[in-house]
Order: sequence, then structure tokens, then C-alpha cells
Amino acid sequence: MSEEVQAEIKEELAAADAVRPEKFEYAIRIRGLRNQFGDAIIHDNLDLDVRSGEILGVVGGSGTGKSVLMRSIVGLQTPTAGEIEVYGKTLDTITDAEESRDLRRRWGVMFQGGALFSTLSVAENIQVPLREYYPRLDQRLLDEIAAYKVSMVGLPPDAGPKYPAELSGGMVKRAGLARALALDPALLFLDEPTAGLDPIGAAKFDELIRELADTMGLTVFLITHDLDSLYATCDRVAVLAEKHVIAVGTIPELLATEHPWIQDYFNGPRGRAAANCKQAVERQDGKS
Amino acid sequence: MVARADFDYSDGAKGAAVRFTGRLTLARLGDLPARLDELGPIESLDLSQIERIDTVGAWIVTRTINDHGATVTGASPEARRLLDALKDDKSAFRVHRDRRSAIERMLDQVGLASIAIWRELIGIIDFFGAMIVSLFVQIRARRRLRWNAVVTRFQAVGVDALPIIGLMSFLIGIVIAQQGAVQLEQFGLEVFTINLVGRASIRELGLLMTAIMVAGRSGSAFAAQIGTMKLTEEVDAMRTIGVSPMEAIVLPRVAASTITMPLLGFYASLCAIAGGGVFCWVGLDIPPLTYVQRLREIIPMTDFYIMLIKAPVFGILIGVTGCYEGMQVRQNAEEVGKRTTSAVVAAIFLVIVLDAFFAVFFSSLGWN
Repeated sequence: MSEEVQAEIKEELAAADAVRPEKFEYAIRIRGLRNQFGDAIIHDNLDLDVRSGEILGVVGGSGTGKSVLMRSIVGLQTPTAGEIEVYGKTLDTITDAEESRDLRRRWGVMFQGGALFSTLSVAENIQVPLREYYPRLDQRLLDEIAAYKVSMVGLPPDAGPKYPAELSGGMVKRAGLARALALDPALLFLDEPTAGLDPIGAAKFDELIRELADTMGLTVFLITHDLDSLYATCDRVAVLAEKHVIAVGTIPELLATEHPWIQDYFNGPRGRAAANCKQAVERQDGKS
Repeated sequence: MVARADFDYSDGAKGAAVRFTGRLTLARLGDLPARLDELGPIESLDLSQIERIDTVGAWIVTRTINDHGATVTGASPEARRLLDALKDDKSAFRVHRDRRSAIERMLDQVGLASIAIWRELIGIIDFFGAMIVSLFVQIRARRRLRWNAVVTRFQAVGVDALPIIGLMSFLIGIVIAQQGAVQLEQFGLEVFTINLVGRASIRELGLLMTAIMVAGRSGSAFAAQIGTMKLTEEVDAMRTIGVSPMEAIVLPRVAASTITMPLLGFYASLCAIAGGGVFCWVGLDIPPLTYVQRLREIIPMTDFYIMLIKAPVFGILIGVTGCYEGMQVRQNAEEVGKRTTSAVVAAIFLVIVLDAFFAVFFSSLGWN
């Protein structure tokens, strides 16, 4: 093997050592975050910790800045003030392009509308991050990786060569998830993954997320409106209101708090229906 | 530095007994797949020494199991979970479209393109017919043409285009005069530059350049606007409410471009003549008064009629093509760009083809 290739491999391995997710107790730590658009303050003094290996649901009314929070964490939105640490690294202070690449490949992001590249097929979409970070992978392995990712997210076997325009809404979401998982990230961001899906599709998607998180040991940052999703998948839930995180905890813990918005949210008609459903499922599981 | 993915092996009865070490993950894979391939038959895989494994590592293991019938030992619970998730047969999962030979693809493309051109032509004619029908329905139902919309489009297509079309025509007038003068001077006939500029501008160039400009400015805008409305389902919403998109969107636009074209064409011709006049005055010492007088002698009224007959036809053509392409948008945003491009290309092409027909036709009428 040529020395050049050896050097490349060495570089790649050094990059791999730069960020090691499993060393960290907290995947994300946010302190004093402030986001402001003109006069409108979206976040003010927002603190949030995401533990490694958990699925954290983020809920909040429309316009409370859930998506802005996610965009701030992944660096699409520069905060006005405050500090965001992902695996011990602060995005603001990373000036080195290499270092920020090292961090970026530790996470996968699935956008609300899928955000698949419309000129590429599903398989090519999945291979984009792989080609970007591991240009030396041979085509056969790339194709195999694309194929098993397609199968892992529950897409049908003929979905790989299809273009995003040929897919249904649910399939676009699954393809978006497959691309987000392309690099086997430690941290996964999901922006309203079940929005726009029918209840059956949404339930299946919830199950898929839970299953993948367990198999791959993922940390998941899940923005959702869907109460069923919260009950089905999340370990903890963070509630966004009044410009900051007003409470974080498991659902029973949140139910114990007095905050009116939380009470309204979980004890409104939809909240109760989701809770009843969850209990019913658990009773059934207990019997069988 | 943390251990990379690696392996050592010993020879067994039916092939190598491989023992993986380090971290069997994508980031630390290095050249492991290639080296593994070089080993030949593999009998068993020992995973007891690995520190970590991800889906790519698990896939390498699964692949080796499938290819060589190797057995796995020492898998941790995590590794076992990943291997189980991947163990179903993946051979049915396709990644690429079917590949074909270059000649086959070329023939295919030529065929598809021919069909597409034919369909486009039929589609535009069809669309034109539907528009005429819709116009008659509107008239018979005594619904008024949407003049507000027409006036808005008129502003965009006509008034807003005045500066650019004026400037362009003025410059073209200068160029024709200058180039013509260079040739005619050789025979001492530079005074005929006036004939050249005057007749060419009124009869052909003023209108043709205007049509090209309007196709580029407004035909494309029609296609893009309507295409976006199709994407956001505005057009469908209109239909469900009971408003005919033909009446509300297409007719006002086509009406605006049809009314605008003769006006713009005439304006452009005048600007070109003015440009030629400026050159004649400055470059050839022909005073403006003489220039105008000479123009009146040499330009027959038929040249002006020809322009007035051609202009609305070009206007309809540009409007219909733009609206038709916009209405064809389906699926995604990329389509809007494609359709906008083809609206401009088709409009310019059809305008020039039609202009050639007109030229032959009017000459046979004796309108020289």
C-alpha cells in the first residue's frame, strides 16, 4: 500500500479521536442562551442539558422557538449570547474548519420537510455525507451501506434508486432519517418527525426511532408537537415556554409541576387521550 | 490515540480465523475492508476483543458471514443487537437504476426528446384552443374580462419594459446604421443608410427584438409565477372555489401581452430609427430634417401594417407559451426552473419561425 494512502488513513484516525462522544455524560450543554431577531426575543437565559444516550423530547407552543433552538445547536443560527457545548466543544469558539467538521460528523439532522437533495436519488442522498467525510470508501461498500440504511429505516427495497419527488410524505421522512444516520452519528436531531403523517405512519415512525436509538445507542434531540410521540419514545421531556426551558423531566415529573401551560398541555383533551392510550397499551402488555 | 479497527488471523481448516481488535466503526475503519478482502476464505470471526462497533462495522461482519459462511464468536450484547438488525437479506435492496449501453441511452434520449417536442407543440395548440373556448364561455356568460389583472400585467409587461427596450433598440439602430454605412460608402451610396435603417426597423428588427425581450422578461415571469402557484396548490384551490384558472390567470396575461406587443414594437422601431438618425447626423453629416423627410419617402405604409399584423400574433404566442409552461409544473421546485427556461426557448423559437413565414407571405402579397 502506498505511503500516501497510509498518511490519509492516519489523518482520518486522528480526526476520529478529536471528538469521542462516549466520554461525555452530557451530549449537549446550553447555558444562558439568548436568541433575538430585531426586537423579538426568542430565547432568553435558556439552560438545557441533554444526557448521552437519552431521547429528549422538546415541546412548546407554536413560535416558542423549538426549531430556532435546534438551529442554534447545530450552528445554523448564531446565538446573540450564551454558550452551547456539544461534546465538550463550543461551536462559537471553533475557528478551525477541521475541528468543526469533526464535530459535525458526530451528529445527524433530519429536517421537518426531509430536505432531501432533489436532484439525487435516495441512495445517493445517503451517500453524500459518506463521500464527504470518507472519500476513500469504495463504491461497493458505499452501495451496501446505502442499501442497509434504506432497509434499517423501513423503506421498501425499490426505494434506493428513486428520486425524492417520487416518494410519499412518509417515505421522504424515512429517507431523511436514513441520510441523518448515514455516518452512524452519536447524536440525532429530529425536527417534528411525525408532523404530517397519518396516525398509523406516525406510530410506526415513533417505534422506528425508539428501536434505532436502542440498537445504535443514539442520543436523540426530538422536537415534536405530537403527544403520542412523547409518550411512546421520550425518556425525558423539556418544555419550552416564556423564552426558556421551564421544566425538564420524565412525563410523570412534569405532571407533578404546577405550571399552567404544562398542565394545559398534558391534561388537555388530547394529552389525556394519549396518556390513556399509553396506559391501555401497558395493561395489555402486562397481561400477555 | 485510540485503537483503529484492525484484525489478526490464523489459518484454520476451511480458511482464516479472524480476530478483530480495536474499534470497528466507520471513523476508524481505515483500509480494513480492502485487507479483509485480500485474505481469501474466512472461517470464523472473533469479536471478543473489539472496543466498539457501529452499523458499518456490523455490516462488514455481516457481509463476511454472507460471503464466506463464516461463524461469529464473542459478540457483545450491543454487537449482537446490531448484527440482528442487519441480518435480513439485503440483496433485494437496489441502489442504482438499471444500466444500459451508451448507444441505447442515446437512442432513448433522442426518442424521448422528439416525443417531448411533439407533445409540447400539441400541448401549446391544445392550450390555445382551451383558452379561446374559455374566452367565449366568458363572453357568453357575460362575465367581464378581469381588467384589473390585465392592467397590472400591462404595467409589468409593457410600461416597465420601456427603458430597456428603448435603450436596446436605440443601440441596434446605431449599429445597423454604422455597419450599413461602412458597406454603402464603398459605392458612395451612404445616403441609402436611411433606407436600410428605416425599413429594417419598422418591418422586422424593432418588433423581433421586442418579441425576444418580452419573451425573456415576461414569458419567463408568466411561467415562473404560474408554476409557483401550481406548486403551492393555489391553482387547485382556485378550481375548487369555482374560479376558472384560465379566466383568472391565463387570459389577463395573454391579453396584456397581446395588447402590449404592437405598442412596444412601434416604440422600439421609433427608438431604432432615432438611433440610426443620431448616427447619420454625427457620422454621415445628414441633418435630422433630411433624415425624417427621406424616411417619409421610402417607408411604405405596408411596412407599418406588416408590423401591426405580426405584433399581436407574437404577443399571443409569448403569452400562451409562458402560461402553458407554467401550468405544466408538477412535483417540485426544480420543475419551475426547467419550465421557465423552456417557456423562453419555445417562445423565441416559435416567434422566429413564424416571422420567417410572415416574411415570405407578405412578399408574395407584393408588399415589398
